[in-house]
Amino acid sequence: MNNSVANTARLLAAGLRALLVLTVVCGVIYPLAVTGVAQAFFHTKANGSEVTSGGRVVGSSLIGQQGPGLDYFQPRPANGLGENSVNTQYRLILSGATNRSGDNAELIKWVKEAKAAVVKDNSTADYKVRPSQVPADAVTSSGSGLDPHISPAYADLQVHRVAERNGLPVARVQKLVDEHTDGRTLGFIGEPRVNVLELNIALRGMATG
Amino acid sequence: MSPVLAGVSQLLALVAALALAHRPLGDYMARVYSSDKHLRVEKWIYKGIGADPDTGMRRSAYLRGVLAFSAASVLFLYLLQRLQGVLPGSMGFSSIDPDQAFNTAVSFVTNTNWQSYYGEQAMGHVVQTAGLAVQNFVSAAVGIAVAVALVRGFASSGSRTAASGGTPVRAGELGNFWADLVRGVVRILVPLSVVAAVVLVACGVIQNFSGIHEVGQFTGGSQQWNGGAVASQEAIKELGTNGGGYFNANSAHPFENPTPFSNLFEIFLLLVVPFSLTRTFGRMVGSLRQGYAILATMATIWLGFVALMMWTEFAHHGPAFDLAGGALEGKETRFGVGASSIFAVSTTLTSTGAVDSFHSSFTGLGGGITMLGMQLGEIAPGGTGSGLYGMLIMAVIAVFIAGLMVGRTPEYLGKKIGTREIKFAACYLLITPALVLVLTAAAMALPTPGDSMTNSGAHGFSEILYAYTSAANNNGSAFAGLNADTQWFNSTLGVAMLLGRFLPMVFVLALAGSLAEQRPVPVTAGTLRTEKPLFTGLLVGAILIITGLTYFPALALGPLAEGLAS
Repeated sequence: MNNSVANTARLLAAGLRALLVLTVVCGVIYPLAVTGVAQAFFHTKANGSEVTSGGRVVGSSLIGQQGPGLDYFQPRPANGLGENSVNTQYRLILSGATNRSGDNAELIKWVKEAKAAVVKDNSTADYKVRPSQVPADAVTSSGSGLDPHISPAYADLQVHRVAERNGLPVARVQKLVDEHTDGRTLGFIGEPRVNVLELNIALRGMATG
Repeated sequence: MSPVLAGVSQLLALVAALALAHRPLGDYMARVYSSDKHLRVEKWIYKGIGADPDTGMRRSAYLRGVLAFSAASVLFLYLLQRLQGVLPGSMGFSSIDPDQAFNTAVSFVTNTNWQSYYGEQAMGHVVQTAGLAVQNFVSAAVGIAVAVALVRGFASSGSRTAASGGTPVRAGELGNFWADLVRGVVRILVPLSVVAAVVLVACGVIQNFSGIHEVGQFTGGSQQWNGGAVASQEAIKELGTNGGGYFNANSAHPFENPTPFSNLFEIFLLLVVPFSLTRTFGRMVGSLRQGYAILATMATIWLGFVALMMWTEFAHHGPAFDLAGGALEGKETRFGVGASSIFAVSTTLTSTGAVDSFHSSFTGLGGGITMLGMQLGEIAPGGTGSGLYGMLIMAVIAVFIAGLMVGRTPEYLGKKIGTREIKFAACYLLITPALVLVLTAAAMALPTPGDSMTNSGAHGFSEILYAYTSAANNNGSAFAGLNADTQWFNSTLGVAMLLGRFLPMVFVLALAGSLAEQRPVPVTAGTLRTEKPLFTGLLVGAILIITGLTYFPALALGPLAEGLAS
């Protein structure tokens, strides 16, 4: 009995030593080496792809922001975003999805309301939006809640409203959207998209300049 | 190009990339585990461990090594989380509660990466990089080690001093666990991860130690972000089929998966080691065609599941999706439906569990496909190592069934599958379904666990069925509406992960040892040719029928009921 306890202890000690040595390799040397390479060669990207406007950092081109007013292009809904409930000395955004199923009553309600709002907000005196024109991304929340993109269809839908509210010609705003539309990578990877933050920064430049 | 065509093109690109990579990587891994030379850094590591890497281990010694290493890992990771509040470099984040720390420690050691915590608010730099990410490496290496031990059992000549690759092996010996563990980390996973991490940074994945970061906003004011060593963790999270995200949104978070290319690259990473191991297997048993038969079985199931998933997600049945005009809830614009479908199937047919879109908001049938993928036992292509040994167990079952049909003692790769071998295989097969079904039934029968559901009806049941399926199969993805941070779920899911990982390993090593003691029998006219397409067909059929019979009633109550109603 004593013998087997001693054997078990010896084996566990070997396991622990193995873990500690491998922690040095995989948990210290490896991440530091990758960080060194990343900071040396991809400084901007490794630190969050920050974008500036008017000499001020206004966010990351990768992270979608909620809340630009109707003068600007709207992002997708983000009903799954949360706030931190622990370590509340910080104000952290908790990324996340709604996790509602296709037959969930709340999700059906959200989609209905979002659709009605998109139709109402984007219809101007001489441009009426039909519900069938509203693309799916305009009324659904993304997986992260931080989706920086909208579909080109949703951007196009917002052009008349944005042009009217900023006193700009529709054609100029449409051109701006087209310039900020990215196609599929190599023609087939991912989906066409428009980066909302970058588009809004360009719009602000156009409206004030 | 239509979204459907783009999705299919991405699938084809993935197939081409895997086809190109699996030969060199598979051959390289075979050399790694057959070599009798040690690198200098490995010799230092063996000295640190105090182990002799040249001692051959029989099945019980090998198993003791696996269990001791994993037990030490659980203990270390548990303590690291419990002490986070006083550890420097943790940004002042508080310690993790005992039940959640247990759940998370078990989760990462078992290669599951189920997460009942929110990464961005709970885990500081030290726990993420020195705790969780380390387990991403070593748990994957343990999986490969056990698979390689089983392959050595098949390959062994059963005689006293036969040379297999280099090191002389005595009958019944399966190799040295410490050597297999260290080589898997040092020669395979670390080099691949370094390359993958740099590619990910080039795409825009963050990699810094800057802590909480105050950044301006477009509308004025500021927001707070987490910095972190994300790219280095993301690389091994996919390569090691782990799946635990740095952030709550996992690979849907733009800092983990910023572009359409990074998304396809991550899917490639999570598939490449499991698929390549079939080549390693073929090399080590001395017949590449045997490896191809296993590869064909895995690829058939994977492609079939992807096709089904794309079909149901593009058709988007379900009241909310019909209203919205597409199943984009929980999916990112840059990936779209096609790439999200490929990711979802690949992550649940391996033991990864990373997500680039949220499975709970897939169509009813789509959610069912993710669950069924895990319930197959994650063998197409499965986790790093665990996929190969799971598939080889199914192959043993399939030759047994074929043997029953013709009334002949079955054999596989020259080894007789006798009573003892089939008992080990059958025990392996029964463990996970028993854990999934019993624990799901318990959670449904008790009054309080159901309070954790976000959705009601069939989908609510699916949330719980999914949780236990994911835990017992060591996947880690979720129908994440379920609030799993309760004592009940933290404890029972923790137990499911532990038993679902290590009990099967006990039987795999038992089988390996039993095979390694046998001398191979010669191939005769009556031998079932397991390298032929006929056997691949038999194997696919056996897998689908056995899983179907086991889980159909449960699936009918959840995803099938939801999918057929809409």
